[in-house]
Amino acid sequence: MENRSMKGWLYLLPAILFLGVFMVYPLIDVFIYSFEEGYNSASQTYFGVGTYNYSYVLHDPYFLQAVKNTLILVAITVPVSTGLSLLISLGLSNIPKLRNLFQTVYFLPYVTNTLAVGLVFMILFRKTPYTDGLANLVINFFGGESIDFIDGPYWAKMFVLCLYTVWVVMPFKILVLTSALASVNETYYKAARVDGTSRSRIFFRITLPLISPTMFYLIITGFIGAFKAYSDAVALFGTNLNAAEMNTIVGYVYDMLYGDSGGYPSFASAAAIILFVIVLTITCINLLVSKKHVHY
Amino acid sequence: MGKSMDFEKIERGARRSERVRNTIIYVLLGIWALVVLFPFYWMVLSSVKSYSAYNAEYIPQLFTLSPTLQNYADAFTAVPLAKYFLNTLIFTVITTAVMMIVTVLAAFAFARLDFPGKNIAFVIFLSLMMIPNELVIITNFVTITNLDLRNTFLGLILPSITSVFYIYLLKENFAQVPDELYYAAKVDATSDFKYLWKVMIPICRPTLVTITILKVIECWNSYVWPRLITDDPNYYLVSNGIQEIRENGFGRENIPAMMSAVVVISVPLILLFLIFHKKIMAGVARGGTKG
Repeated sequence: MENRSMKGWLYLLPAILFLGVFMVYPLIDVFIYSFEEGYNSASQTYFGVGTYNYSYVLHDPYFLQAVKNTLILVAITVPVSTGLSLLISLGLSNIPKLRNLFQTVYFLPYVTNTLAVGLVFMILFRKTPYTDGLANLVINFFGGESIDFIDGPYWAKMFVLCLYTVWVVMPFKILVLTSALASVNETYYKAARVDGTSRSRIFFRITLPLISPTMFYLIITGFIGAFKAYSDAVALFGTNLNAAEMNTIVGYVYDMLYGDSGGYPSFASAAAIILFVIVLTITCINLLVSKKHVHY
Repeated sequence: MGKSMDFEKIERGARRSERVRNTIIYVLLGIWALVVLFPFYWMVLSSVKSYSAYNAEYIPQLFTLSPTLQNYADAFTAVPLAKYFLNTLIFTVITTAVMMIVTVLAAFAFARLDFPGKNIAFVIFLSLMMIPNELVIITNFVTITNLDLRNTFLGLILPSITSVFYIYLLKENFAQVPDELYYAAKVDATSDFKYLWKVMIPICRPTLVTITILKVIECWNSYVWPRLITDDPNYYLVSNGIQEIRENGFGRENIPAMMSAVVVISVPLILLFLIFHKKIMAGVARGGTKG
């Protein structure tokens, strides 16, 4: 018996080592960092314990800009991508013939490198002395003025960021929703059709309640993912996101940690914990709302 | 007579409205397919336009009549693209291989072995799934820096190995293997390790393949950790490499060459996807996350 018990732990040992060193210990440590004032990473000393790091971060204009950007990004991309993917999945469920082909095409962005394809979006939307870019060509065609979406006005940059984010997150949502729609029992639809139920009524009374758990799963993971936006912004606007006014909260954390403005793990920790608290709060609200509305 | 005419008329009307509806659906789905595919088309197109032709186009052309592969040659000679590629390959292969070993062993312990404290350990493992990477990356950065592992493969790989979710996924799959097989193997005095190697792994191969592919995609596209831990271009992975090309690039701004670099680093995963698309999509539907 003694032998057997040791064996189980032996099999777990590698996982425990890795998780302990790179997950559990850092998790505790990040809280300690965030309360150590004036931490110096070179000498590993600090001169006090308190909430100064939090107050610094909360008063840093770059952080406030990052929070604003992230909130706008979340508020736009989560509803748009969820709604759009629902429409597309409903469309897919109506065309059994080409469904697989379309599904495969739609999934392609999932396997592409965010940084690399972001560059394609950049050249599509950028305005340079040599060319206005393809996006502006379309705008001109409809009689609009050319805009630089990459170095231009704030809302234009935000528009491209939202567009690219939606493009990146759609494959996952379409895939999950299509499989949810496919698992709805056909009998319900047949019964409704025998009763002469209208299409919209079938959707709101049968389809939506039956896929509501999936919808809420997507909304919750969508919120979490959008709050962690970072590489999409880097792909479009380069690594100096503060200068482009396009930084996100996660970007702020990494900038504090490393790079030209880096070397402040305490500030980075405080910002990361603030982000974690925001995400946790929103997730809890989501869960409470879903308890009321989700049909299991 | 009149009645049957009515039926026909109604049926024809219904069929027509059905056809109109389907056409609209096809058009809308086609538009989205265009939105998805267009960036890929544009990246390939720009990569085969010559430098002078590209810069001469004030209005971008939607096709080119004189494609050239010169940009690809530039991408491999003017910037160390091959080096980035090789680095990413090494990083991906080692990380995935070590992670698979760790994951298989842990999943086997949870699914098959009995030992005191197993349930508590499993609950702790599950709760670790909720820890966001952003929280732990700060200390990991300090740890790796203090260990003097910046700009080494070891520093890149070690923290990338942990993935609780795959342990959970594999454990669920292992648990579906009938107990009878285990007892039969025990009667034949097979060791646990041999049972894992000869029975469990072959039976659960589809899940193992899925996990491997998902991890390969994750490694190939990873950006944040490599960026923090490497500032020596000799250790850049493709994501950092492409960012470096964008910012310091080819001496002058050379979009066609940049696009050919983008094509080169996108092709391996797209090939992988075309071969394994059923497996990848099924695996992601079961529990991948992104966005």
